[in-house]
Amino acid sequence: MPTIAEKIFAAHTDEQKVEAGQIVNADVDIIMMHEMLGMRVADTYKELNLEKVMYPDRVVVLLDHWTPANSIDVAIVHRTTREFVKKYGIKNWLGMTEGICHQVIPEKGFVWPGALIVGTDSHTCTYGAFGAFSTGIGSTDAALLLAEGKLWFKVPDSYKIELQGPVPPYITGKDIILKLITEIGLDGANYQSVEFHGDAIKELSVDSRMTICNMAIEMGGKAGIIEPDEITLQWLQNRVKHDFNVITADPDANYSSELKLNINALEPQVAKPHSPGNAVPVGDIQGTKIDQAFIGSCTNGRLEDLRIAAKILKNNKVHKDIRLIITPASREIYLQAMKEGLINIFIDSGALVTHPTCGVCLGIFGALAPGEVSLSASNRNFIGRQGSRDAQIYLAAPATVAASALKGQITDPREFF
Amino acid sequence: MATIKGKIWKFGDNIDTDVIIPGRYLTIRDPIQMASHTFEPIRPEFVKKVVKGDIIVGGANFGSGSSREEAPFVLKTVGIAAIVAESFARIFYRNAINLGIPLLELKNASHLFSEGDTVEINFEEGIIKNLNQNTSYQGTKLPKFLMELIDAGGAILAVKQRIKQKKSS
Amino acid sequence: MSTIVEKILAAHTSKEKVEAEEIIEAEVDLVMLTEQLGRRIYREWAELSEVVDGVWDKTKIVSVLDHWVPAPHIDAAEIHKTCREFVKKYDILHRLDMFSGICHQVMVEKFVKPGMLVVGSDSHTVTYGALNAFSTGLGATDIVICMATGQNWFKVPDSMKIILRGNLPPLVFGKDIILKLIADLGVEGAAYKSMEFSGPTVKELSIDSRLTISNMSVEAGAKCGIFPPDEKLMEYFRNPQQSSNGSLKFVFPDSNAKYCSELELDVNKLNPQVAKPHSPENSVDVTEVEGTAINQGFIGSCTNGRMEDYRIAAKILKNRQTHPDVRLIITPASRDIYLQCLNEGLMEIFTESGAMITNSTCGACIGGHLGILASNEVCISTSNRNFQSRMGHPDSKIYLANAATVAASVIKGEITDPRKFMK
Repeated sequence: MPTIAEKIFAAHTDEQKVEAGQIVNADVDIIMMHEMLGMRVADTYKELNLEKVMYPDRVVVLLDHWTPANSIDVAIVHRTTREFVKKYGIKNWLGMTEGICHQVIPEKGFVWPGALIVGTDSHTCTYGAFGAFSTGIGSTDAALLLAEGKLWFKVPDSYKIELQGPVPPYITGKDIILKLITEIGLDGANYQSVEFHGDAIKELSVDSRMTICNMAIEMGGKAGIIEPDEITLQWLQNRVKHDFNVITADPDANYSSELKLNINALEPQVAKPHSPGNAVPVGDIQGTKIDQAFIGSCTNGRLEDLRIAAKILKNNKVHKDIRLIITPASREIYLQAMKEGLINIFIDSGALVTHPTCGVCLGIFGALAPGEVSLSASNRNFIGRQGSRDAQIYLAAPATVAASALKGQITDPREFF
Repeated sequence: MATIKGKIWKFGDNIDTDVIIPGRYLTIRDPIQMASHTFEPIRPEFVKKVVKGDIIVGGANFGSGSSREEAPFVLKTVGIAAIVAESFARIFYRNAINLGIPLLELKNASHLFSEGDTVEINFEEGIIKNLNQNTSYQGTKLPKFLMELIDAGGAILAVKQRIKQKKSS
Repeated sequence: MSTIVEKILAAHTSKEKVEAEEIIEAEVDLVMLTEQLGRRIYREWAELSEVVDGVWDKTKIVSVLDHWVPAPHIDAAEIHKTCREFVKKYDILHRLDMFSGICHQVMVEKFVKPGMLVVGSDSHTVTYGALNAFSTGLGATDIVICMATGQNWFKVPDSMKIILRGNLPPLVFGKDIILKLIADLGVEGAAYKSMEFSGPTVKELSIDSRLTISNMSVEAGAKCGIFPPDEKLMEYFRNPQQSSNGSLKFVFPDSNAKYCSELELDVNKLNPQVAKPHSPENSVDVTEVEGTAINQGFIGSCTNGRMEDYRIAAKILKNRQTHPDVRLIITPASRDIYLQCLNEGLMEIFTESGAMITNSTCGACIGGHLGILASNEVCISTSNRNFQSRMGHPDSKIYLANAATVAASVIKGEITDPRKFMK
């Protein structure tokens, strides 16, 4: 019986049915591109002398990594992107002020259950939270897809993960996924479509589900998928204007691997340098001094994250020896956070609030000096990612980051509740 | 102060600190690497061809703009031995002297010389000779106390000396 | 018979009176340090610290990180780290780090008082002249000397009297006045002078507009740009946020003070000004450059990142969208201004219009990050300098203007007379 991935791929080819391992040429619903368009895709198009984009309506472009441009080279990349969009008639041009692609794309209705989506960014797997199959591709694949309208895929095996709840208080998607990556390993789900099931899922907000799917790539996953339910459909209402088919898993689908994880006693997790698969319970490393704290990125810059951070930061002050940087993931989130008074709380507490952009996640700003330590609610802590290769990055959930920012050292957020 | 002799690089009016060293390079750690961007926006060949002992001749308002001491600093780093200009912007004037770079104000400076001329400057008298043209001009002599700063190798060394003397007396 | 600067400088020496062009040794009240502390200042300090035991007064130094915030690369991160280590080592009282905003705005919000003598490691330290203080920018070496000894040599500048007459027309602000003055004077027309502002228009000017005017006096070559005290200034210091312990030393010029020159400006007929590339002195009426296509708009910097600027920009941008080909970057001059904009609903207006609101920092103005231009791109900016290559590629162009002009222009996608939006 087919897995979700097999069903979605079948629906995007002429086949009735496809099987894991099979190579297919599939129709892609949406291709998302950010600066990668201006960095490489546009050049490939030029080299191949391609005259048009096959389905310009299926292309969505925005700028989010180096925004606003922080060097002449980047300014040129941005310009190249704008020129391409104009030249090839791409109407879904979202500019550079909307925010991070993986938050903005679903917000603007370009993600729906059962869709097949690709993007020139490894965290494109985020949209699996809405029951889509979505995955990151490189610039050459992107150029080919733009030109031909279809792309070849090897239908992946599927990995079934069952999360058994209830979800403990103050535990969110980030803690769950850090635990999973540590259990499964950085390539434990290599090339597989990871399906997240179990009674715990329905307790999780869309924001937490997006966090989980976002980091599927960190265990090697081709995609991370959660079946849509009422909560998902409620989120998508008024955003997606057309019909769609919710694809669910068959109970006897063929999975290559399975894992059951009981999370009813899960503690806040912190991934130690230098790998997302190096997570331990926060209690194990409490007291580790930090220099910088970050809440943001496509992993944890959403309202659930900002609200819980605000709850902890309200009427408190960030420790004088550290800097806390908060980056809402999108303009829409920033506006809502403003309305809820969260931005005021952040600034009053001494945090620096930036515009929506990738920013600190990959050291575009908020770079670390040698010897510095960062606690970051983002997705990767590889050596040198946020600045000096002699710096250390710990990954955690926003609540843990907020609590630690107040104390100046890694702190269990549950102390604050 | 000894007489300084060198080949000149000619510039026009209002050479500001953003063209001497653009702001985006100010964070570079290594002074030599930073200096490799000197005059990049307007004369990218400068850093490749400048030789230690060369002299700059500029027009009016040389060094206008920022108080960044990096501006005279990169000039000193690439080997510029002196700067002659019709007039200097005030902060640059102070900064250059503070780093021990001798300056000469000379009316019409940028019109009196050609690129590559060899000049000889006597700062005590404020006189500059164009050895190619066999001409000689009177500039504005530096005030004595500023000459002393330059002779000391810059303001920090001068002040250091002064403090030392005060302590021992 | 003294001008304002002569009085302030005299008060910081042991003399009764000083004369223009006299060389004096004066004591400083405050030393403001930017990230220069983490590079040149630190290196020069190393030399001098062999003979001194520390800074002359750890309560009179203000350390701010603002030019490259948050650190856009490792070099900047290291500079910040050096700054933090320094202020800790020398027990500097005022460590504002990167959270308060741009140095000059923070200084006028929290530290500068009338009659003070303030130096700073940034040329726009002249800004504080709006608060009736003498303030000027110095290079790293001079700053180090001040930090070690609390004093330095100064040449008393000649004073130039700038008389402002007339009533401000709509959408004409301090920025337009100073751009016009610099156009009339030239970029060294006030070289080494104290520009002393006077005339009936002064009392009409908001403090924000005065700060803009003083801020850009350095672009005419001035040593400082000073305003006399008046009721508006006194009101400014009555604000509880201004910790004024003790009476304030307002400094008025003597009625028979001697000025080296006088310049009058009638603002009645003044139009919004735009300084064309590549110099602040290249200012013309906005009508002369209308229609010039732009790629980027910037409302921020120590020149125009204040409430007066954001309020008028919000008025124009409300319920309107920025042009699809233009990006608008808003960078408030301080954390307090950011908060105030939030509370007045201005941030909502900007965000709805499509603008990007960054944290408070120098940003695009210095061309460090947050808004660099590619070749042949054009930015209309409320900042203070449009020298070639300042904001990016040497072939890029910067036009300087007031916040209303920038707001109007980003809607149309080309330089636009803001008065068109206020009919």
